[in-house]
Amino acid sequence: MTSLTLVRRIRARPSIVFAALTTAEGLRAWMGPDAGPVLLAQSDARAGGRYRVRFRMLNGSEHESAGEFLEVIEPRRLVMSWQWVHGGEPSEAREVSRIEIELKPVDIGTELTFTHSRLQSEVSRASHERGWRGAFDKLVRHLEEST
Amino acid sequence: MAKYSESGLDRTFAALVDPTRRAILARLEREEHLSVSHLAQPFAIKLPAVMKHLAVLEDAGLISRSKLGRTVTVRLRPEPMRQALQWLQRYERLWSGSLDRLAAYAEGRERAARKAGP
Repeated sequence: MTSLTLVRRIRARPSIVFAALTTAEGLRAWMGPDAGPVLLAQSDARAGGRYRVRFRMLNGSEHESAGEFLEVIEPRRLVMSWQWVHGGEPSEAREVSRIEIELKPVDIGTELTFTHSRLQSEVSRASHERGWRGAFDKLVRHLEEST
Repeated sequence: MAKYSESGLDRTFAALVDPTRRAILARLEREEHLSVSHLAQPFAIKLPAVMKHLAVLEDAGLISRSKLGRTVTVRLRPEPMRQALQWLQRYERLWSGSLDRLAAYAEGRERAARKAGP
């Protein structure tokens, strides 16, 4: 898998979701996979502006990433580069990946589509060949069932 | 994000890039273990080329080869695949957890905005 896509339906209007994604105050509130704290959040949300965010996980490990805003179209689209500057995935310490976020107004509020792409070069190359992901999934499922 | 053997993961992905090698793995998934000559049959390549692919897969730890008499039997080995999958799952956990928190935060802001009224 070269990219990861997640979709969330959020009971908040797109402008509020957009602010949560782009302001330092917003980033401080949610960045990180568990209840660990955000230690640093900086954001200059305009094309060419940069962000930096550092969080600590409950297991004590600290991770920091930084990148550039590539597209900022309020309140519906956000593209930025992503690079680990501390912790994260050691194999990608120098790799620049890409995050793309689309916000669509829906009845309950906002549908957010999040894509993290260009993850690790070998994986990127592999994904260009059709059927890789499917075959891989199937294989892993089988292995999990049989062991 | 846990530590893991990076070079091992690189080898796994490098081995998986090639379509013939993926086809070999897919076949081993269905048939559990096969002799090299049976394994080579459906592929439009010569036996030495198949042997080369098997060497790459074995180096990546994705298969094991055992010799009994004149027959070499090939089996699938799950561990590197599991490690590769864990790498992908770490990203999924990072973003899934973060987006849940983002949603909770934005929904709180929405409620506050409505309470404040127009």
